[in-house]
Amino acid sequence: MFPSWYKLDIGAWFDRLVPLLGNRFGWLFERITEDLLWVLNGLERLINLVPWWVQVLVVFALGWRATRKPGRGILYAALLVLVGLLGLWEEMNQTLAIVIASVLCSLLIGLPFGILTANSRRLTAGLRPLLDAMQTMPTFVYLIPAVMFFGLGKVPAVIATTIYAVPPVVRLTSHAIEQVDPEVVEAGRAFGASRMQLLFKVQIPQALPTIMQGINQTTMMAVSMIVTCSMIGARGLGMEVITAINRLEIGRGFTSGIAIVIVAVLIDRLTQGWHRRSPKLGEGRP
Amino acid sequence: MTEAILQVQNLTKIFGHGLDQAQRLLVAGCGKDEIYRKTGATLAVDDVSFEVQEGETFVIIGLSGSGKSTVVRCINLLHQPTSGRILFAGRDILGYRREELLAFRRRRMAMVFQSFGLMSHRNLLDNVAFGLEIRGEPKTARQGKALQAIELVGLAGQEGRRIDSLSGGMKQRVGLARALANDPDVLLMDEPFSALDPIVRRDMQSELLKIQARVKKTIVFITHDINEAFKLGDKIAIMKDGRLVQCGAPEDILYRPATPYVQEFIRDIDKGQALCAWHVLRRLTPPGPGSGGGCAELGDGDFAFLLDEAGRPTGWSRQGVSAPAATAVLVTQLPVVTTSTPLRELLPFLEEGNLSNPIAITDDSGAFQGYTTGNAVLRALT
Repeated sequence: MFPSWYKLDIGAWFDRLVPLLGNRFGWLFERITEDLLWVLNGLERLINLVPWWVQVLVVFALGWRATRKPGRGILYAALLVLVGLLGLWEEMNQTLAIVIASVLCSLLIGLPFGILTANSRRLTAGLRPLLDAMQTMPTFVYLIPAVMFFGLGKVPAVIATTIYAVPPVVRLTSHAIEQVDPEVVEAGRAFGASRMQLLFKVQIPQALPTIMQGINQTTMMAVSMIVTCSMIGARGLGMEVITAINRLEIGRGFTSGIAIVIVAVLIDRLTQGWHRRSPKLGEGRP
Repeated sequence: MTEAILQVQNLTKIFGHGLDQAQRLLVAGCGKDEIYRKTGATLAVDDVSFEVQEGETFVIIGLSGSGKSTVVRCINLLHQPTSGRILFAGRDILGYRREELLAFRRRRMAMVFQSFGLMSHRNLLDNVAFGLEIRGEPKTARQGKALQAIELVGLAGQEGRRIDSLSGGMKQRVGLARALANDPDVLLMDEPFSALDPIVRRDMQSELLKIQARVKKTIVFITHDINEAFKLGDKIAIMKDGRLVQCGAPEDILYRPATPYVQEFIRDIDKGQALCAWHVLRRLTPPGPGSGGGCAELGDGDFAFLLDEAGRPTGWSRQGVSAPAATAVLVTQLPVVTTSTPLRELLPFLEEGNLSNPIAITDDSGAFQGYTTGNAVLRALT
């Protein structure tokens, strides 16, 4: 038995810390909530503004372009129509707005951090445990403080999703920049590139395929948070699942589950197309 | 002699931690291995000094790990030297401020890399224009210059190609064009042809000689191939374990190797290819402009040569010290080669005749420079 005469009670610290933060930085959290809500509502309105058949066409075109197969485009478009037929079109758009906002937040935070940590071993080492914790900490643990700070609904959902989804884009951006052929970087320096020129004209463009992979992973992690987010009141496809569970409506559960699968698959295939757009096709041999 | 464009003085470079201690050990006279054992620091370049004259091709040769690539990277400060001075046009580049260093790299130096260092996200044209873009030249100007450089390296019409669709030789032509487009004072070439197939390598060497004849750049060329060094170099420096073992003209290295190591190094050399007629040239001073038009006669104690109006040799005669040229028999059968002809290509002329007969040597335009004899050629080759 581990000796029990002393108990390290970090739980008590957190109990005190969270309300303290809430009091001290309440104005800040309110501000963030307002701004995020503004962005989210705008995004949702924007998506709703687009007629359904335009969305279907866009998915068809992107699918065709990403895979270079028109058949795939048709398949993806048909899957999207299926979501509408299941009666979940509006819910899908709500979910989409949250996912897009979360991914945008993740990129806004993740890309600069990825660039900063590239080539700095100390910063990488320092950030690593934090990234690990963000990825492995059970989401529910910070879902509750998020609700305390940002209230119920979409905003804490986006915050929690961002915390969960940001690590891959940081990691892969940093990794991608470090992996750029050292001789190419040397060439950039030898021709007199300044640090910024080196970053934007050499390192980032060379790292772009891997950075895109990171963005794809981040997007998929954001999608995987759909249901969890609905537990704190974010409306959308996840809410359908929660309602179905609460009411033991098995059919409704599967219906919304299938819609989530479709949305996830479509987002994955379409974002993968960006970094898989291989340059080798259609080029002449020497 | 004019002042060298590039002077490297007592250059030392130590990689790794514990620099102070390593330097103290170095001053105390410890060798490379001992310093590594005691501090973990690598002594890459140890007290290297040399000078590069404007317009010459200076070849640094050594085995891998001899520090030759480090030396070339110190010249444009990709590596910061641990100690020593590097003078460019008389000024120590180690004293440059940040902007001065960038300007120096943008205008004065350009580099060609072993595995090309090309950027796959740009097409051929934009790769060549990279240095000009970094320098901030407007788009039309840089594309014009880049197209000229592309033509110079023989890739005209391929500007739009993607880098991954090019062969190795073509990639290095792009690397060379990128460096030439900047119109630098000094061209640094770090084993540029080592990654290429032997045949492509030979083509590229000839191509470089051809381009160099036109642009006349100062080149610092790194290689581990002794034949490449002798083919391209006006001056050759041999490095071993971070030290400069010998530095001099190719003939010096060949005929007066400073150490057994150099001797070992040049053993593989193909002299018939490495040496050219220039190396066995017995120079005859051409007549001054006052000698009048028409034919001229030029000679030393052994031979007299008859030149036509253009200064081309047309015949020769043997002459004793006292015998006047006019009384000797004029021979019109005279093999003529240029100064850059490899000695190997002189051999057929030897078989046909007497080994003491002369072979006339002209420059590339055909102007008479002097002569050599079969005996001299054979002596040079053995």
